[in-house]
Amino acid sequence: MSDLLYMVLVAPFKDMAGAPAFLVEVLIGGVFAGLMYSLVALGFVLIYKASGVFNFAQGVMVLFAALTLVGLLERGAPVVVALALTVAVMVGLAYAIERVVLRPLVNQPQIILFMATIGLNFFLEGFGEMAWGANVKKLDIGIPDRSFIVRGVQINELELTAAVTAAVLVTLLALFFQTTRIGRALRAVADDHEAALSIGIPLKTIWVVVWSVAGVVAIVAGLMWGAKSGVQFSLSLIALKALPVLILGGFESVPGAIVGGLIIGVGEKLGEVYWGPLVGGAIENWFAYVLALAFLLVRPQGLFGEKIIERV
Amino acid sequence: MTWRVALVGIVALAVAAGPWVTRVQAAGEIFIPLLVYRTGPYAPNGIPIANGAIDYFTLVNERDGGVNGVKIAFEECEDQYDTKQGVECYERLKTKNPVLVNPYSTGITYQLIPKAPVDKVVVHSMGYGMTATADGRWFPWVFNFPMTYWSQASAFVKYVAAQEGGMDKLKGKKIAHIYHNSPYGKEANPTLEELARRHAFELTLLAVDHPGQEQKATWLQIRRLNPDWIYISGWGVMNQVAIKEAAAIGFKMDRVVGNWWTGTEVDVIPAGDAAKGYKSMNFNAPGAGFKVHQDINKFLYDKGKGAGRRDGIGEVLYNRMVVNAMLNVEAIRTAMTKHGNKPLTGEQVRWGFENLNLTEKRLEELGMKGMMRPLRVTCENHEGNGQAFVQQWDGKKWNVVSDWIEPIREVVRPKLEAAAVDEAKKLGYTMRDCAKEK
Repeated sequence: MSDLLYMVLVAPFKDMAGAPAFLVEVLIGGVFAGLMYSLVALGFVLIYKASGVFNFAQGVMVLFAALTLVGLLERGAPVVVALALTVAVMVGLAYAIERVVLRPLVNQPQIILFMATIGLNFFLEGFGEMAWGANVKKLDIGIPDRSFIVRGVQINELELTAAVTAAVLVTLLALFFQTTRIGRALRAVADDHEAALSIGIPLKTIWVVVWSVAGVVAIVAGLMWGAKSGVQFSLSLIALKALPVLILGGFESVPGAIVGGLIIGVGEKLGEVYWGPLVGGAIENWFAYVLALAFLLVRPQGLFGEKIIERV
Repeated sequence: MTWRVALVGIVALAVAAGPWVTRVQAAGEIFIPLLVYRTGPYAPNGIPIANGAIDYFTLVNERDGGVNGVKIAFEECEDQYDTKQGVECYERLKTKNPVLVNPYSTGITYQLIPKAPVDKVVVHSMGYGMTATADGRWFPWVFNFPMTYWSQASAFVKYVAAQEGGMDKLKGKKIAHIYHNSPYGKEANPTLEELARRHAFELTLLAVDHPGQEQKATWLQIRRLNPDWIYISGWGVMNQVAIKEAAAIGFKMDRVVGNWWTGTEVDVIPAGDAAKGYKSMNFNAPGAGFKVHQDINKFLYDKGKGAGRRDGIGEVLYNRMVVNAMLNVEAIRTAMTKHGNKPLTGEQVRWGFENLNLTEKRLEELGMKGMMRPLRVTCENHEGNGQAFVQQWDGKKWNVVSDWIEPIREVVRPKLEAAAVDEAKKLGYTMRDCAKEK
């Protein structure tokens, strides 16, 4: 028993202290991975903020955006043109979703909208496969993927680029929500649909805008994850990595998605590297959920989620 | 309202259209169900697998008029590489009286093993599935020739030893096995552990959870461990990410060796030039330069009857499934030598599998000389006498870089027989006496 306690409570920390450079590398790896998760989580947050809908199709939107981009690149489009066209496709998709899926379901219970996004998920998956094929595609838009060493710590250029991109994206989104007219309208819609409508905020326009922004976030996430693993259908599964981030950060908070991503990323890497070998490894997937659920015990609304107080 | 009616109509048509590829069974034919995964996260692997099998069965029908005049009927069922869906597919297609099934998935194979003797349907898990079923005394209905995961792992260790200068040079070397955290991925572990004990090399086992898109923690541990060799048992996106991660940390790519499900064209594409030098095990030669490929082009693709793209011919997984389908056909042909040239039962085809003797001469006749090794299956040994080789990616194509490697059978077989007893007991099987079956 004492051996077990030593292995769990003492040995990992001794290991960390004994190899500090490696610990830093693990922490950096966790930060980079966490920001990659945040990129996906952001898409969920945006749509949830605007409509209170958990968008089941967010992972597939990432896949669809990446497939469109790489499909255009494969057909000879220059990177800038391909990016612009992909943005146009995602905006068009947002418009179509508002017109065909959301508008007919206004005032329906949230669960109906959630079910609609499940349908959207399978439609986009099938349509994407039909349009662009199911093969793995290399995504090369010039992001370097080499590593360099700083004081014994190895840093990957692709992951560094992704981290910087995520940071820039979050800053832009925060500014968008706080300082622009549409951003404020969006927050009003998120608070209360009917109240927002009563003061003249166009709900339909807001939905198109927010799904478009979520589409652009999906492009960025698709770019980064696609550069890492190639563009393929398993990209849609990265939504699973965003879920613990959302549980932890709250479904309505952009900063929550980032901080949640960082905690999950760092936590799961530390868990896998230092405690994983005790149980045969491969713990990081479920460890992330354990971490998120542990936080929920303390803050049920998530780190940055709004505390809901209802009169009963 | 009109567009909704149109949408419903389109969906109804799509459903009515049914499976992608079907060669409807007629009286006097042999039926083989095809459990495929052309969609979903594993589709990049599933598509060449399905196309290779269909092309060979169609070739036999088109070129030869079937197996000794008996045509092969087949039908695809999409399972998305999902065990539950795969079993559902099997149950649905079972009503068409199949004689054999290729599950194309270790998970599905595990589920079909107990069903095989009940349904009288041969399970052929070629190079995958449960290694213990290679002991035909306990598992008469399951075949995994030409090799098992355990034999493959031992061939890998022999290859490493050859590169290091001999088996004695393995002592003190560090080998890491990065594996898909599933029954498939874990299959090689007991053999590697046994060989590590015998040859005193340091083995580290690192599991990667499905789907394997994020492996940073695993590769951080590799960085710290700094092994001499890495062996990967992956599938799907896990492979692409592993190869990219290996390149990203600057690991010598010619010391990273995948198993034969971790060495296809799609695995190396995302890494681009960084994948140059990466190696993998294989038991079927890559490339489209064999006589059988000429026939496939002439009889199928030139006539618009090919199952896939012409440029997919010769890919690693495509070729593997051409070999798989050929082995199915030759087992049926063997069964016909005893039971006559007519549609056979599963029981009769099982005899054909168990008495398959594929000679060099026969491989040449089939236009597949050099594509695989001659093979002999027996009542006791359902793995056969297969051998593996190592191939290496040069940035454009796979090249064979080793001789055929004989597995370390003196290690593998006793462990396999012991495991067969354990697994068979779970199913309540008794051992048969092969001497009485000759």
